[in-house]
Amino acid sequence: MKKMYATIDGIQVPIEGEKNLLEVIRKANIELPTFCYHSEISVYGACRMCMVDIEGRGLQPSCSTAATDGMVVKTNTREIRNLRKMIVELMLAHHDQNCATCPKSGECRLQEIAHQLGVGKVRFKQLADFAPLDVSSDAIVRDPSKCVLCGDCVRVCSEIQSVGVLDFAQRGSSSQVVACFNKPFGTVECVNCGQCIKVCPVGALTPKFQINEVWNALHHPKKTVVVQIAPAVRVALGEYFGYKPGTATTGQIITALRMMGFDQVYDTSFAADLTVLQEGDEFLDRYGKGVNLPQFTSCCPAWVKFAEQYYPDMLPNLSTCKSPQQMFGSVCKDQLTKMLNISREDLVVVSIMPCTAKKYEAKRPEFLENNNPDVDFVLTTKELSLMIKEQGIDFEKLEPGSFDLPFGFKTGAGVIFGNSGGVSEAVLRYAAAKLNHGKMLDIKELRSGESTRIAEIKIGEVTLRLAVVSGLANARKLIDKIRNGEEHFDLVEVMACCGGCINGGGQPTSSDHQHVSKRAKGLQDQDKMLQFHSAQENPYLQELMREDLTAERAHHLLHTIYQNRKRISLDDIMIRKPSAETKISMKICLGTSCFLRGAQNLYTQLNDYIHVQGLDDVTEVSASFCNERCQRGPVVIINGSVLEHCTFERAVTELKRIQMQMK
Amino acid sequence: MQHTSLEERKQQYHDCMTQYKAKIVICGGTGCIANGALEILHRFEEVVEAKGLKITVALKKEEADYILSESGCQGFCQMGPLVTLYPQGIFYVHVKTSDVEEIVEKTLLQGELIPRLLIHDDESGEPLADAAHIPFYAKQERTTLKLCGMIDAQDIDEYIAHDGYAMARKAVLLMTDEQVCQEMTASGLRGRGGGGFPTGRKWDLTRVQVNETKYVICNGDEGDPGAFMDRCVMEGNPHSVIEGMIIAARAIGGNCGYIYVRTEYPLAVERLKLAVKAAKEAGFLGENIFGSKMNFDIIIMEGAGAFVCGEETALMASIEGRRGMPMPKPPFPAVKGLFGKPTVINNVETLATVPVAMLMGVEKYAAKGTAKSSGTKTFALTGHVAHTGLIEVPFGTTLREIIVNIGGGVINDDGTNCGSNFKAVQIGGPSGGCLTQEHLDMPLDYDNLLNVGAMIGSGGLVVMNQQTCMIQIAKFFMQFTQNESCGKCVVCREGTRQMLGLLEDIAEGNATKESLELLEELAHVVKVGSLCGLGKTAPNPVLSTLKYFRDEYHAHVFDKHCPTGQCQALRTYSIVPELCKSCSLCAKKCPVNAISGAKGVPYVINQEVCIRCGVCMETCKFHAIVK
Amino acid sequence: MQIPIASKFDRVCQILERHQRNPHKLIPILQEIQAEYHYLPEEIMTFVSTALGISTSAIYGVATFYSHFTLSPKGKNIIKVCDGTACHVKKSESLIQAIEKELGLSNKKRTSEDLLFTLETVACLGACGLAPAVVLNDKVYGFMTPEKTLELIRDIKAKEVQS
Repeated sequence: MKKMYATIDGIQVPIEGEKNLLEVIRKANIELPTFCYHSEISVYGACRMCMVDIEGRGLQPSCSTAATDGMVVKTNTREIRNLRKMIVELMLAHHDQNCATCPKSGECRLQEIAHQLGVGKVRFKQLADFAPLDVSSDAIVRDPSKCVLCGDCVRVCSEIQSVGVLDFAQRGSSSQVVACFNKPFGTVECVNCGQCIKVCPVGALTPKFQINEVWNALHHPKKTVVVQIAPAVRVALGEYFGYKPGTATTGQIITALRMMGFDQVYDTSFAADLTVLQEGDEFLDRYGKGVNLPQFTSCCPAWVKFAEQYYPDMLPNLSTCKSPQQMFGSVCKDQLTKMLNISREDLVVVSIMPCTAKKYEAKRPEFLENNNPDVDFVLTTKELSLMIKEQGIDFEKLEPGSFDLPFGFKTGAGVIFGNSGGVSEAVLRYAAAKLNHGKMLDIKELRSGESTRIAEIKIGEVTLRLAVVSGLANARKLIDKIRNGEEHFDLVEVMACCGGCINGGGQPTSSDHQHVSKRAKGLQDQDKMLQFHSAQENPYLQELMREDLTAERAHHLLHTIYQNRKRISLDDIMIRKPSAETKISMKICLGTSCFLRGAQNLYTQLNDYIHVQGLDDVTEVSASFCNERCQRGPVVIINGSVLEHCTFERAVTELKRIQMQMK
Repeated sequence: MQHTSLEERKQQYHDCMTQYKAKIVICGGTGCIANGALEILHRFEEVVEAKGLKITVALKKEEADYILSESGCQGFCQMGPLVTLYPQGIFYVHVKTSDVEEIVEKTLLQGELIPRLLIHDDESGEPLADAAHIPFYAKQERTTLKLCGMIDAQDIDEYIAHDGYAMARKAVLLMTDEQVCQEMTASGLRGRGGGGFPTGRKWDLTRVQVNETKYVICNGDEGDPGAFMDRCVMEGNPHSVIEGMIIAARAIGGNCGYIYVRTEYPLAVERLKLAVKAAKEAGFLGENIFGSKMNFDIIIMEGAGAFVCGEETALMASIEGRRGMPMPKPPFPAVKGLFGKPTVINNVETLATVPVAMLMGVEKYAAKGTAKSSGTKTFALTGHVAHTGLIEVPFGTTLREIIVNIGGGVINDDGTNCGSNFKAVQIGGPSGGCLTQEHLDMPLDYDNLLNVGAMIGSGGLVVMNQQTCMIQIAKFFMQFTQNESCGKCVVCREGTRQMLGLLEDIAEGNATKESLELLEELAHVVKVGSLCGLGKTAPNPVLSTLKYFRDEYHAHVFDKHCPTGQCQALRTYSIVPELCKSCSLCAKKCPVNAISGAKGVPYVINQEVCIRCGVCMETCKFHAIVK
Repeated sequence: MQIPIASKFDRVCQILERHQRNPHKLIPILQEIQAEYHYLPEEIMTFVSTALGISTSAIYGVATFYSHFTLSPKGKNIIKVCDGTACHVKKSESLIQAIEKELGLSNKKRTSEDLLFTLETVACLGACGLAPAVVLNDKVYGFMTPEKTLELIRDIKAKEVQS
């Protein structure tokens, strides 16, 4: 096979099947400035920053040009330099340039590239026709005045997560990136995974900070503030302070938190161990009875919302266990209020998470006790780094500290939760022990690095079929296969973020293309360094379970329910109002799930029936978009009676009954 | 499905037509219809019936003495409604419903001409009986448009009678795909939509792709303001488009076609739908066309109001149900087009020319025009010219020939004809540049125009007289492009908006030296950096006007003066003291009380207060106020 | 008068069926729905999103991209003034200004209060030989002046009052 080469700025570089010229240019150690190029999502070609001069072809965008043998490329001619500068000027002219007060300052690509290219002046008129800030979501803040219309968020949400909350609307210079009908973010189908935040090059999408609330709590004389740190945080926070991805800076984090004023510093992995036991028991119980399989994990709140919206029929399959964050909050508030003799209101539980969806999760109404939340505030890794910097702490120079007991003690099983495949592995270790099969430690099949991993694991006489999937589009594909019988599994782990929580919406963005696998290894190494690797071996957990967590209490504190969720909040459509007095009121649900079950036909048939029976004058017909009873659809409500799994015959029976009464 | 052969149908048509003593053709282009052409058609029916004679309409072909037909646009829009009587070819213009009775009485029944309804020669004043002698038509070479304006678009048999579908049949039954591509290459036909890419080569690139599914798309999204060539072809000869598509499909191995038509052309949509239906019934579309193994069907899709969808990748996105936002090329449509399959996209005129070129012999077609731009091109001649309308000339024709000989000369704002003294001619619409007096005798073809910073584009030719302000023209085109920009790439989206802002500054007297430099620099960046053709050509009007009318720009920027007086903010109204009668009317009308004076003393306009509305000038009965 | 959503609901279902609920046919589907309602109601677009399996934001994106679609109710009579090159050069702007003044319209407000008229500016109707051209309810009027345009509008208003 003849070797192919391209010449980049005079340097000969081999072409080895790269996707495009931009990646070949990287091999010449040149990183072209880009806004809209991400290797995981489709090529968009809109920012025009990656243009290069190809001999014989003129200026071409390198992201969408294939490298060919003998290509001679110049990346930094005078024309290109002028072009890039002008593009940045044009962007800045339609951008809120108040960098100092922008949450993305210091991490912003526009700022970085403007500086890199030496843009000293914006010669164009400043345009300021911006929509206002959108703070309606618990997890994500949208600032249209910062949007550069690169479309990265649109493509990530649509291609990688298959949710498609955001898209372009309008045209030309009125273009905006918005949710449908320009609705506030918090009212649409966003699952809060925060991947859009990760790809946004500027401050148009940021996590909803709760930094000030936490400082206020810390400064409050009467409140006891405790904190839990998620595993994924410890191998990533250091990146904000110059450490390589995957370096565990746990000890320093703990010291910093103490300096900030937290009264107790605990480890979410403790609760993760607890989750393993609960979920493991739940699984073995279902497996023994052969019901509600496969069991889906439920610790990812973005996945849970996704399931509630799109797969309500799978909700019975979700584990009823709360996530480690919530189990922690629930147990912590229960135990500490007793131990310290304080009220729930005076105890503030803060969690440091790699995840933006956790902010939404903490506010779910199921996770309140007497109107007081189990977890009061959630800070992303990013927010913690800002608080450390705000206090002026020199992170690198800190002495390491250790977690407080009892909630700071964990086994390796709890730590690997941060990786995709980690939850499954942890559960299997426990299951193996319970089935008297001895220790199972590194289950390599679950660590392949692919986003969909399928494995058959033998535990004694039992062979379990597992699937581990991360990224919601991948999850959708897999679940569709399960739904139509193409695949079957016993246990399925779903994480919304590709690679798991280590790649969450609240984690640092990294220019290191291997950062996800490096963080994963970091957690795996942490697991190796601990004395215990299986959750049931955690002595403090054993004590807690023995002393306090009876089956009944465990159920109350550690388990939850799910709900069907309408994807959009919209009013019902009144189709026909009767001319005379309303004797019959019929509402038909035309939400997705009911629709797929034939609601449209049902509507037509019932409409005809009413007409044929001469009941038009007295019947009110309306359509709703979701009665949140999705897995029991089609749903028809007649005079207040809710008919689930409704068929034409059932509805007619009910109508006949009412007709009799009318006479 | 009828399988009557083409020859048989052709013969049947001719046989049928022999029964009629005369054929009356009424131009049914949008322009003439707006001026009452359909009423005239009905009036003919009424009058003839009233005389106890029988008249039928083209499609029905009942037994009768006379036959009425509605043709496509004949191109002489200013002179409509147009009525032609065959077999003599008598050409009546400006026909009114009230003239019909006289036409029937005198011309139809007695063979007499009605001079007032004829065109008169510009020089001798003599009436000209038929179209062939009218300079407007005589100087043209209506090749692609030949049947457009002659036949009834709704009658497939009339098309067949003029050898319609013969070339499609030949391509499908008697030629290989490669041969068809070679024929096209030999004809020298280049894309008529503006790209000018050799059609034969485009087909061949698609032909060699290996895929079971391939598409042929007809781009009928003619969005250039001032261009209506494609509309006329789609309305006047839709079958030629269909035939072109069939031949293209044969050439590439295509099995499905789309015609994407602007929704603003409802008549074109209707005619195309009828034509497709008729072609299907005749066995020219659908399965086993012409009795061969080839399947080819056509779907008609209406655009939804986006100029950018004339760009091929945006058009395909639109057919796929998405926003019309272009994609970077490569991959090219020939390789990966509609729904990811190999696709050929051709302009309406290009496709309509295909069967015409093949019928006359591709060598003969190639002999027309110039060496690298063979054949003929339609132009929409509009603006400040005596005869506006739709014309077709061979490549190599000069502006002088078009504007003076065919167009009849440039018209000033006051109505006088000043021959060839135009200020500029915009060619190629908002993507094109302007030509000036120095180009009067330049042969027009693809390459010559590119060399002077303009382009043939789709063929819109707007003639502008000396009273036109070029900055206003540049601004007008930029407004259009800005409005139609899809918004995807930073360069076009923000660049055109800022260019428009700078042009507005110039027109309003708020520009500086830096504004002008920035405008030029930005124009170059937008030209080079944009993602698609819309952005890349958006700066052309600006760059072109800067090249030829830099003085005018300087006047606006440095002198804050608009030489033609079109820019409202830069007008200076002043009262000529010698002519002022001190009647004080202007002062009373002035909305800002800027005029002062007294009896016996000429009135004066205070320039500081004046808002340049022009009311005073309109009011003055003595023409004492000038701009 | 705004057409109530419910009255055309059945038609929407028919339109979707006829296009076999093919998501690629989104544009023709929206065109037909708009032909029924004279605009695209939000509720119907959400319903279409469910029926075709496309995200609602994508549908909103398509509906707002193309000039032909409107998300707010249009007037009974649509006045389209051509502002293409030929018409522009023949002073089509004066027609637009006259109509705006007569009906109380502006750049942002394109439909009259009484929902009788909507003013649209079209880039080119292809009737350049008749510049300036106006299309009122699909009928083309050529060689228009501000006076002739106002006459047309007043005629329609008078007819409305009578009926």
